[in-house]
Amino acid sequence: MIQHRRQRLIAAATAVLLVWAGVARAQDDKDPLEGWNRAVFGFNEGLDKAVLKPVATGYKAVVPALVRTGVSNVFGNFNDGWSAINQLLQGKPAAAAHMTMRVATNTFFGIAGLFDVASDLGLERQQEDFGQTLGRWGLPAGPYIVWPLLGPSSLRDTAALPLDLSWRPAALSDDDNTRIGLTTLQLIDTRAGLLDATRMIDEIALDKYLFIRDGYLTRRRSLVYDGDPPELPESDANGKSPAAPR
Amino acid sequence: MLFKLAIAALSMVLGLGAQAQGTGGPDALIQKLSNEVIDTVKADAAIQAGDVGKIITLVDTKVMPHVNFQRMTASAIGRNWRDTTAEQKKRLEEEFKTLIVRTYAGALTQVKDQTVRLKPLRAAAGDTEVVVRTEVKGKGEPIQLDYRLEKDGSSWKIYDVNVLGVWLVDQYRSSFAQEIRGGGIDGLISKLAERNKAASKS
Repeated sequence: MIQHRRQRLIAAATAVLLVWAGVARAQDDKDPLEGWNRAVFGFNEGLDKAVLKPVATGYKAVVPALVRTGVSNVFGNFNDGWSAINQLLQGKPAAAAHMTMRVATNTFFGIAGLFDVASDLGLERQQEDFGQTLGRWGLPAGPYIVWPLLGPSSLRDTAALPLDLSWRPAALSDDDNTRIGLTTLQLIDTRAGLLDATRMIDEIALDKYLFIRDGYLTRRRSLVYDGDPPELPESDANGKSPAAPR
Repeated sequence: MLFKLAIAALSMVLGLGAQAQGTGGPDALIQKLSNEVIDTVKADAAIQAGDVGKIITLVDTKVMPHVNFQRMTASAIGRNWRDTTAEQKKRLEEEFKTLIVRTYAGALTQVKDQTVRLKPLRAAAGDTEVVVRTEVKGKGEPIQLDYRLEKDGSSWKIYDVNVLGVWLVDQYRSSFAQEIRGGGIDGLISKLAERNKAASKS
């Protein structure tokens, strides 16, 4: 079962990498797939409005803050392990050691990650994922892609997705019900954490699609450079940067 | 590797040099502004409850005098700024400002136990444009909040803000360009006005 799943993942990753070589080079514009992207974005928005947002709002209203924080912390602690591995892959041993200390502290003293005691001790989170690692290795972001359910991505982040998604508490279990339950909880936890941010975007974006696209691409580029990216050449007035963001 | 170390050492020396310039520096201004705003919000229950009118007054009196909003608007508009009449520029500035202040107001209602920590300034003594990098620390992951400042006579003025790695002006540039392509500068003005009106009702 696990073997089979892994083979499927590898096949999917290979297919994505093959498509890449063609698209990433040929396209200068950062959004050649805008037609498809806008359609999927519309679908996701509808689904969010009908299901995800109401559920997340209800979760926030019903479940006490202490419990919600605990849930976030456990998922966060799990994810911190993945960040540490990626820091190692990016050749940042000091940062990796820092994150490893963080995970160890929260796992043992924070009772399996329920409490984030490490942050209080100054061991703060620095989030990394395999998409950032690929960027660090010099792979360009490629075009922007919106996936059904999963939302904004780039070609590079899509290639990293099979690995990034495999590092979830849900992926550890072989029991279907446990997997679905954990994935659902993680989804609701993530969405609940974004309620304030998405409400703000609704208020300040002229075109929500463009706002999220530009924000996503810039934010990801910034993360690849750990918050301190080299400056891009001045963009022209058409809003297209002359250099594709990396 | 050695080269990198040398650069790091150099930038630290330069940073310290600039900080040693005293209280009139751009980083001192940001630190002072951040502290004032956070302290005011913490002491004011109405603001925490989301009293937008009160927040806008706070931003207008405390923050806006230190912002070059015309430059901010001009760079978000880009090349089309040259073909914009004085009247249009004034209206653009007003509507864009309302939009930005609302964003800021939304963020301020979230202030609880945060503190702002300055990162070492990387600037030479004679620089007239600098980036001041800060971190907002509260519960959870620190939030990156950077400012671009320009020297205006003897004082410093903010002309762009970076939240979580995204510069505000860049963030609006493509949507502005899209509206201008569709309906010209006037189209953009009415779109902004419509957005602001819709939000003030909700």
